[in-house]
Amino acid sequence: MLQNHSMKTPEIFQARYGARAARVGSSLPRADALAKVTGREPYACDFYHPDMLWLGVKRAGVPHARLRGIDVAAARELSGVAAVLTHDDVQGSNRQGVVRKDQPVLVDDKVRHAGDAVALVLAMDPASLARALELIRLDLDPLPGVFDLDQALAPGAPLVHGDNPQGNLMLAGQVTIGQGLDALDDCAVVVQEVFRLPRQEHAYLETEAGWALWDPDGGLTITASTQTPFRDMAEVAEALGLERDQVRIKAPYPGGAFGGKDGVSVQSLLGLAALAAPGVPVKIWLDRQESFIASPKRHPARLAYRLGAGQDGTLQALHAVLHYDTGPYDHLGGVVATLGLEHSGGAYVIPHVHLETYAVYTNNPVGGAFRGFGVPQVNAAMEGMMERLAGRLGMDPAKLRQKNILRPGSLTPVGVTLDCSVGLADCLEQAAGHRLWTRRRPWKAAAGPHQRRGVGLALALHGMGYGPVVPDVANAKIELSDQGRLVVYCGVVDMGQGNASTYLQVAGHLLNQDLAHLELVLPDTARTLPSGSSSASRTTFTYGRALLAAAGELKVRLLKRAADMLMVPVEEMTLVPGAVRHLTSGRELSLKDLAGFMAGEERVAVHSFRAPVSPQRPSDDPGLTLHGLPHRIFSFGAQLCGVEVDRLTGRVRVLSLVTFCDVGNVINRQVLEQQVQGGAAQGLGYALWERMRSREGRIIENDLSTYIIPTAGDLPDMELVVVPGFEPEGPFGMKGAGELPTDLPAAAVAAAVADACGAAPNRFPITPQVVLELLHQGAARNLA
Amino acid sequence: MAKEIIELIVNGDRYEVAVEPWRTLAEVLREDLNLTGTKIGCNQGDCGACTVLMEGRSVSSCLTLAAEAHQREIVTIEGLAQGPEDLHPLQEAFVEHGAVQCGYCTPGMILSAKHLLDHNPTPSEQEIRQGLSGNLCRCTGYSKIVEAIGAAAAKMAPAGEGE
Repeated sequence: MLQNHSMKTPEIFQARYGARAARVGSSLPRADALAKVTGREPYACDFYHPDMLWLGVKRAGVPHARLRGIDVAAARELSGVAAVLTHDDVQGSNRQGVVRKDQPVLVDDKVRHAGDAVALVLAMDPASLARALELIRLDLDPLPGVFDLDQALAPGAPLVHGDNPQGNLMLAGQVTIGQGLDALDDCAVVVQEVFRLPRQEHAYLETEAGWALWDPDGGLTITASTQTPFRDMAEVAEALGLERDQVRIKAPYPGGAFGGKDGVSVQSLLGLAALAAPGVPVKIWLDRQESFIASPKRHPARLAYRLGAGQDGTLQALHAVLHYDTGPYDHLGGVVATLGLEHSGGAYVIPHVHLETYAVYTNNPVGGAFRGFGVPQVNAAMEGMMERLAGRLGMDPAKLRQKNILRPGSLTPVGVTLDCSVGLADCLEQAAGHRLWTRRRPWKAAAGPHQRRGVGLALALHGMGYGPVVPDVANAKIELSDQGRLVVYCGVVDMGQGNASTYLQVAGHLLNQDLAHLELVLPDTARTLPSGSSSASRTTFTYGRALLAAAGELKVRLLKRAADMLMVPVEEMTLVPGAVRHLTSGRELSLKDLAGFMAGEERVAVHSFRAPVSPQRPSDDPGLTLHGLPHRIFSFGAQLCGVEVDRLTGRVRVLSLVTFCDVGNVINRQVLEQQVQGGAAQGLGYALWERMRSREGRIIENDLSTYIIPTAGDLPDMELVVVPGFEPEGPFGMKGAGELPTDLPAAAVAAAVADACGAAPNRFPITPQVVLELLHQGAARNLA
Repeated sequence: MAKEIIELIVNGDRYEVAVEPWRTLAEVLREDLNLTGTKIGCNQGDCGACTVLMEGRSVSSCLTLAAEAHQREIVTIEGLAQGPEDLHPLQEAFVEHGAVQCGYCTPGMILSAKHLLDHNPTPSEQEIRQGLSGNLCRCTGYSKIVEAIGAAAAKMAPAGEGE
């Protein structure tokens, strides 16, 4: 049963919602929603086949060791086992990685973290698979490991990668603007603090999954829950010794990803296994614990800040030293550390800065992409500094920010001119005028017995896209089908954020079509065109621009062809749902009929768009430029948070959360609200509950009963205020909104908790224990 | 191994299935009956993605042995709508109110919501949030799910009740 579902979901959707006009600005229902509410959407994990083999992974289980041998004899002999594979079976480079290829597909020399894959088993059924995995014996020579930043950077520390010229430093970069450090000496006020932020797990509900089929004549096809089908194709081919055109990646809608499926997870393993079982489908589906152990996380960070200002609150100088624990592999750690550096001064004008960032190899779980991408960490720190400065100067936190925020034409803290749309002042003005802020004194006074309330404010900005070097390109393709539908070939994954539906809305708007005449093809390296990763707040912006141009070209062709056929001037033709109409006579040619008269290639339009990059170079360091510094287009936001703190237990409840954002013009308000609410929820989890600790390289919180993500009872209803904006570079004036909402809550909650307790946190998550300490400090300060 | 023949009544249809005694209802629904709308997110009862209704009660099908469901009435997400014109009001509200993002928690959410509304047709916001407390969603922050369930409740309530 290769086909799971008899009724095709586009048809169901079109039967019910087809008459809805696809207009930019309307809260059009998402094109994927109906298939999802009826359980018909096939995810990568939903594949079953009577002949398929189950694939499982033997993981190292120890954080650092020399691999001396693998005894697979007993596992191979077990009945029900089709194959046992090790690095000896890998024909290619056996290395993968987004930037630096430092991660083995299957360990061949050294184990660098407990989740490293060492061997594979292919079995007829899950029970045989589990037994065979237990029978594999690893001969490991344990090595001392490095499990925190200081340990990793100490002289003589054990090296995670012996061949890295900088030891355990994976990336080091600095930016100095103005007089740099020296300017701190001239500041009337200097505040300093060291912040510690935790490792955060994505906890997408669909764990890593997929299936693959090796057809010796037709090549290797891998269907996987991924954000990056085209990059996966290249990585799998190189690692396994195949040509790129032998590898096809299909990307159904993932069951959540948030950055955690940015890069290869199970793809190379699936490919390797499929090569060993020609003609037989192989399936892998990690269980929750294995997903937690093996997948990349948000980087734990230690951030040391010194911020100097004049007596009037004008920011003068910042020294920030950022350390990110990237675990044993680069993955995207260098890019994360660089984006953190770029955003480390927050949304403010600071004339003199010295910023340092370090990504550090350890034997902890792998650090990687997670919505926000290094920014939630630094934003919690920088906003925490603004709170401390306001406290020191006795200034209203909103007024202090107002004095210093970025405006059109400002230089960002890394000295780059902002020439995108900048609506930060409007966000701040709306926040400062919101009743939660203006009425915060009576609201706080209404706290119940043993409760304290506090209200916090935070700002953020978030850069879009890949930065100056890695081409931030999307290739859109749109086709008029035989059936008279406009088919958008979507080359960039929709992991839940709704970009695929938005593409239909954008194309439908330009071509004046309703949903009945629009169709979507999901990412497939054989059918859609390379359009980059689903990441970096770029999907709607970059692919949307490419699609607008492609749809515009197709529109001209359709009108021209129809005009020729009706023998009328093209200026008198217009598109209406399902047809081209001659305006003066009212005669129509249906799109289906028109398609019949057009040759195949004439019905297809493609366009390549590269997102604008900044020509400015804040640093001479080519490493920082390569890793994405600087960005050109930013979204901006503010957030108000109202909390209630229990003085007896230290428990924090978030009672109100209001987000204000400048994300340009809004294409679909409902989809934007989804992004803001969901992003904020992940940020609230990060602020208050979520941490994945590791002890000697082994994670402690290893399932969803110990790693706590917010439930419906933990979160408030969330309000969104969108300030009017229009980004001239964006499709229909939009800017990316995916990550900004996640950058704000740690900062906003910390400010609110500080307001309630009388002392500000520097450790996250803000657990009841932290809160009780803050209450104690606050009380001591009041007495003093 | 020693398989048992069990009878399941799923979405009104009777199935005879030969299953090993340790297999869960979630596995059998997905693998043997091809009803993959029932999702698995943790396989230990933490996340609620596998929620189905058994004899009208919401259960985690990953913690329910298939043999326990012998001759029981099971409703999965596939059983709520018979066709495009026959969506359950909860499904319709989830679409209209934007309660779906990645969609992986959605089947379980909807079945938990159905259980809630079957027992409490006019829940308050707090009661809705409590009713969903066994279902994790990582995408939405729950606001739109709560809103959708409220809207479905209002639509399903007999005239004069609710809003």
